[in-house]
Amino acid sequence: MAASLTRISYSSAFTFSASKTSVFSPLFASSIEVPTFSPLTVKPLCSTFAPHAAHAISFTTHATSIPASVLDTSTKTFHGLCYVVGDNIDTDQIIPAEYLTLVPSNPAEYEKLGSYALIGLPSSYATRFIEPNETKTKYSIVIGGANFGCGSSREHAPVALGAAGAKAVVAESYARIFFRNSVATGEVYPLESEARICEECKTGDMVTIELGESLLINHSTGKEYKLKSIGDAGPVIEAGGIFAYARKTGMIPSQSN
Amino acid sequence: MASSLASPSPTSSFIRNKKDLGFSAFPSTSQIAIQKCKKQISKKIVSVMAPQQSERKPATTGSVKTGMTMTEKILAKASEKPQLSPGDNVWVNVDILMTHDVCGPGSIGIFKKEFGQNAKWLNSLTVYYHSVLKVWDREKIVIIPDHYIFTSDERANRNVDILRDFCTEQNIKYFYDIKDLSNFKANPDYKGVCHVALAQEGHCRPGEVLLGTDSHTCTAGAFGQFATGIGNTDAGFVLGTGKLLLKVPPTLRFVMDGEMPPYLLAKDLILQIIGEISVAGATYKAMEFVGTTVESLNMEERMTLCNMVVEAGGKNGVVPADSTTFKYLEGKTSLPYEPVYSDAQASYLSEYRFDISKLEPLVAKPHSPDNRALARECKDVKIDRVYIGSCTGGKTEDFLAAAKVFLASGKKVKVPTFLVPATQKVWLDLYTLPVPGSGGKTCSQIFEEAGCDTPASPSCGACLGGPKDTYARMNEPKVCVSTTNRNFPGRMGHKEGQIYLASPYTAAASALTGYVTDPREFLQ
Repeated sequence: MAASLTRISYSSAFTFSASKTSVFSPLFASSIEVPTFSPLTVKPLCSTFAPHAAHAISFTTHATSIPASVLDTSTKTFHGLCYVVGDNIDTDQIIPAEYLTLVPSNPAEYEKLGSYALIGLPSSYATRFIEPNETKTKYSIVIGGANFGCGSSREHAPVALGAAGAKAVVAESYARIFFRNSVATGEVYPLESEARICEECKTGDMVTIELGESLLINHSTGKEYKLKSIGDAGPVIEAGGIFAYARKTGMIPSQSN
Repeated sequence: MASSLASPSPTSSFIRNKKDLGFSAFPSTSQIAIQKCKKQISKKIVSVMAPQQSERKPATTGSVKTGMTMTEKILAKASEKPQLSPGDNVWVNVDILMTHDVCGPGSIGIFKKEFGQNAKWLNSLTVYYHSVLKVWDREKIVIIPDHYIFTSDERANRNVDILRDFCTEQNIKYFYDIKDLSNFKANPDYKGVCHVALAQEGHCRPGEVLLGTDSHTCTAGAFGQFATGIGNTDAGFVLGTGKLLLKVPPTLRFVMDGEMPPYLLAKDLILQIIGEISVAGATYKAMEFVGTTVESLNMEERMTLCNMVVEAGGKNGVVPADSTTFKYLEGKTSLPYEPVYSDAQASYLSEYRFDISKLEPLVAKPHSPDNRALARECKDVKIDRVYIGSCTGGKTEDFLAAAKVFLASGKKVKVPTFLVPATQKVWLDLYTLPVPGSGGKTCSQIFEEAGCDTPASPSCGACLGGPKDTYARMNEPKVCVSTTNRNFPGRMGHKEGQIYLASPYTAAASALTGYVTDPREFLQ
């Protein structure tokens, strides 16, 4: 480049991983603490953090959005077909701006958002995330490369994936706002892989995610991959999201008293 | 609330405040609630007789053991802590929450759903609560319809109606409404692009925390404040509480020195930086811009610099406030503010130095903002259109820059050139401000002589595509040179469209030749 560039590193002053632990983060919704939550905004993807929760609350109302996947809550797993994308999948590809008139907190429009998930992917993706004339995906796990969800702050992005029926995203790394929104809404579980698995898995492979063991197993290839731990987002996830976390810590009044 | 002045008892004040605050008040049992309560009391006092922020303990006083960056200091002040380090998770008091027509309705939906339950419960227990759910502070929420305005899309129109109903119900002080879509000038309250409107209307102040449901909220960092984009759920939380849990980011420091050549704009600087560190190079990090070049930039140019930090993954961008900042703010805000600055011994994750005098005009080629190239390297790229607009490149200074190129060439554009002023104020400037060296001509006259399209109604326009009938949307796979911020596939409409991000100088020069063009061809 024309401009001269000097890069001085203040090496290990702060060496935490920039990608993962990130912005405070995850807030997963557990239906137990906040039974009045609309399942449309807070859908437990995995009741790991609320094993005694009344699954019925969330899962029956959301039954239609769990197509191919089997959610084994007792062993903390996600199981289903995967859809593989590359690096820098931005929010315009996940949900193009023309569909942002749909309001995620409106149940009918939530469903509609789901039907457009990943519709912005270039036509080079011959196999589409949602097949023509379908409104749900058959892929419950999205596997991506680096910087998944970059771009806009639109919460419509994780909502669209979740509403389409995706349960988890496994990427090499995430853009900050997408990661936080995923956790805040509980729409998809954002996991990070240690290896670059988007180049080793193919769309349509059958995979299982073992959360307890931080493992992704590709049954089609027989390979196993290590996942990174969720990081310091843990407390918020365990509380069940930012609203539940705030209630638990006394920041806002409890709903259930 | 003058009555709270006369109330010596914390208990009764607390209740009164709760009543006033609706559900943003905290339970009386928690320590935080008491702090919040005190804060509210003092706020009521100062709102009558003293600066609003004077109740806050400046993080700079007392025994500071470790130096802090300005981002760390702002968050320390906002979380009422003497010291913060990167990685700390803190509840931060929000000074301004901004939302717009795309994310506002969803944020409002979350707010009502989550806090509405409290309303019922609390009503049954105490008579002090209003039955109507209230936002945390009607004067600290700024609602700006700007994305999908001039469209016949019914859902888009409905979303603006949802904002209006909410603002009426909550008596929101700053709602920049538009009702007559056929003529934006008939809507005196209407502004346009939120990030530019926030600055023009005096909502950006040094040392404060500004959150918005838009990734380009980081633009306001130009004012020496912490500003970042959040989602609907977080915004719903802020609507009710005025607080948000934030993680303190480490800071990357960008030192830009050297005289800015007359053919460069801040857009070139930020494209240089993004090209250097990549679209994920600043993920979760703050980007602090300093140096003599930055000091020489006017406010709108500093806004351009901070606007695109999110394109490098940055959490926020920040420029230290100085006389340029203070001058811009004169007459725009009557609220006191307290600038903060990085300590000399502050720690940075890394530091980058640039000699700007050696930089050349740049573009970001499709389909990534870090796909950097010299404009002159792309001189064989034939283009179909030029777009000048958005929060990044649709400010008054951006149009003045474009006009300067058209004026210098005296020629006509060879491709359709679309102009979308960011706000109504920018639009007015195009029709009233004389362009320096033009003998008194306005931008609009120069644009007309050059054969550009008539400046359109102010809004986000085609920067993000939007509804099919959006002005200048790329409905076909065209090649566009644009002063906007993103060139992802499909960003401006068509998935196979190609967007070259560039400065207003480069965009205007490219319009004149029909190819990606280095503005030095006209500005030498």
